[in-house]
Amino acid sequence: MSVIITKNIYKTYPGVVPVHAVNGVSIDITEGEFTAIVGPSGSGKTTLLNIIGGLDKPTSGEVIVNNQDISQLSNNELIDFRLHNIGFVFQAYNLIPVLTAKENVEFVMLLQKRAKEERDNRVAELLDAVGLGDRMNNRPSQMSGGQQQRVAVARALAPKPKFVLADEPTANLDSTSTSNLLDIMAELNRKENITFVFSTHDQRVIDRARRVITLEDGKIVSDVTRE
Amino acid sequence: MLTQVAWRNVWRSKVRSLVVITAISLGLIAGIFLMSFSWGMNTQRTRDIIETRTSHIQIHQKHYKDDRKMSLFIPQGMKLLDEVKTEPEVKAATARILANGMISNARGGFGVQINGIIPEEEAKVTKLDTRVVAGEYFEGLKTNPILIGDKLAEKMGWKEIPEPGVKNEDGSPAQPTYQIRKKVVLAFQAPGGKTKYGSFKVVGVYKSINSKFDESNVFVQFEDLNRLTGTENQAHEIAIMLNDQNMAEDSTFLASLAAGNPQLLVENWKDISPDLKLIDETFAITVYIFMGIILLALLFGIVNTMLMAVMERTKELGMLMAIGMNKDKIFSMIMLETIFLSTIGGPIGLLLGYGLVRLFGNIGIDLSSMAEAGAQMGIGTMVYTDLETHYYFQIALMVVVTALIAAIYPAYKALQLKPVEAIRSI
Ligand SMILES: Nc1ncnc2c1ncn2[C@@H]1O[C@H](COP(=O)(O)OP(=O)(O)O)[C@@H](O)[C@H]1O
Ligand SMILES: [Mg+2]
Repeated sequence: MSVIITKNIYKTYPGVVPVHAVNGVSIDITEGEFTAIVGPSGSGKTTLLNIIGGLDKPTSGEVIVNNQDISQLSNNELIDFRLHNIGFVFQAYNLIPVLTAKENVEFVMLLQKRAKEERDNRVAELLDAVGLGDRMNNRPSQMSGGQQQRVAVARALAPKPKFVLADEPTANLDSTSTSNLLDIMAELNRKENITFVFSTHDQRVIDRARRVITLEDGKIVSDVTRE
Repeated sequence: MLTQVAWRNVWRSKVRSLVVITAISLGLIAGIFLMSFSWGMNTQRTRDIIETRTSHIQIHQKHYKDDRKMSLFIPQGMKLLDEVKTEPEVKAATARILANGMISNARGGFGVQINGIIPEEEAKVTKLDTRVVAGEYFEGLKTNPILIGDKLAEKMGWKEIPEPGVKNEDGSPAQPTYQIRKKVVLAFQAPGGKTKYGSFKVVGVYKSINSKFDESNVFVQFEDLNRLTGTENQAHEIAIMLNDQNMAEDSTFLASLAAGNPQLLVENWKDISPDLKLIDETFAITVYIFMGIILLALLFGIVNTMLMAVMERTKELGMLMAIGMNKDKIFSMIMLETIFLSTIGGPIGLLLGYGLVRLFGNIGIDLSSMAEAGAQMGIGTMVYTDLETHYYFQIALMVVVTALIAAIYPAYKALQLKPVEAIRSI
């Protein structure tokens, strides 16, 4: 079943020389994929992910997420849509500095108005899954970059999204933390069938992906699925 | 949760928040203290003026005050005085005969108001006896004693001011000395136009807090001035002190007195001294304007601080919007943060301000170094700070309103952030 379908999307930034950041991209991502969007800096990875995630609107083309055309949604509807359907992991600034790991993960569930018991169980379960069961009460400043990104993954999963979008989640991490984070993502993907779409230009990360979509100047130049 | 996040956010930049909180506290303390100081000064000045000059109530012949004609006596004045004295709400009352004239000695002549008073009664109403600094209060002289003011004694050449720095034997600064038992001549126009002259002897010198008054008022005995005028038991003025100052405005006895005697003018202290009334009634407005200015200045500080906090957190706020925190919640969070920041200082400032007012309300503030200037304005040398309780509540309310106003703009600014742009810069 497809969770993300883009049909011929374009994103053009107007200017003296208009930038075609995304230049006619059509992709179809099905449930359970572990997909990397790769390409050099400026190739349009962030723009594409933002459009898929409902953070940005394409200049033209259709974006269908969970069978819903999100280009039709208002900004407020989009916020709600993101809350219930998409998990995000960014390169940095993922966490609220004044909240502990536990509270950060719980925060999105509170936004969703989940019951206390459900929240407590799920937060504990997720922090265990990312290997931070013993760091529940630490604030971000008391954790390493890798640990913070793992909390971000737990936070992204907390609302039980259809898929997780991660824009260069390992860009600020050393190689141990990078492989650690990838291990956790891969395991969640395998065991819980969670769909991951992440962008990267790090070869070690690319090697871990099952499907690799390569962008160049906003266009797909290759789309390879390995078995 | 929002409350918790907002509260913790206040303490993210501890120093910055503490600066704002301190500024608010200090602003309130300064405002409250200055208000209480000025109120203390006003109440003292009002009390002084009532106790020494206006009394609570004055009665005149209806037209006397228009041009102070000496012929306009209060009809049956002494009978009225006796009646007034029997009223339970009256603490003390006295009558006076007044004349505008000249006092002369070898130095020259000086224009004065001659007050013919009943010494024992006057002492009860205006405590004139307590202000005698030299000689006696109408004692020791058989005929025509006169009490003159300090300033007038100086002008008449009967006051000796010691050189600055001269000390008494015990080390205290030497006080001025006065010559008394000197002869003066009073002259004034009696009803009918005839000028009357009388020879008086200075029995004492008084000094009030108002040197202008001291310069232009002399006191003689009621019957002496009546005799000189050629009248008997005639009065121009009845002055009344009540047991309760508040009664001055709503005493039924006085209302009936005024109603029953259309030929009389019955006035309370606010009528007699309209500037006192004005101060009394405009004080509240002054409080609001004054606190308003302080809070307005603080408002800009708060808004500025919160804008900084919002701008610094652009990425974080963008992330929050990205993960699904809607605009209402972002707005509320920033509002709460501003309100916390602005209102923490409120109770601190109010409490410390209150403490300070109580402290200086008890020990007083000594203004004796400014006494000379104060005497010109009719202000005593000790000021006891005072502020009615309801002002504290109103100030607290103003702080809350300020906080709410300050909160709107930064919260609105936070809403203007677009998550994509905020996220991009990550
Ligand atoms: N807000 C914007 N205004 C103008 N040009 C932009 C904007 N955002 C991105 N771009 C341009 O779009 C292109 C794609 O950017 P981006 O999606 O960030 O690429 P990547 O994430 O692969 O590095 C780049 O050439 C970039 O300069
Ligand atoms: Mg990018």
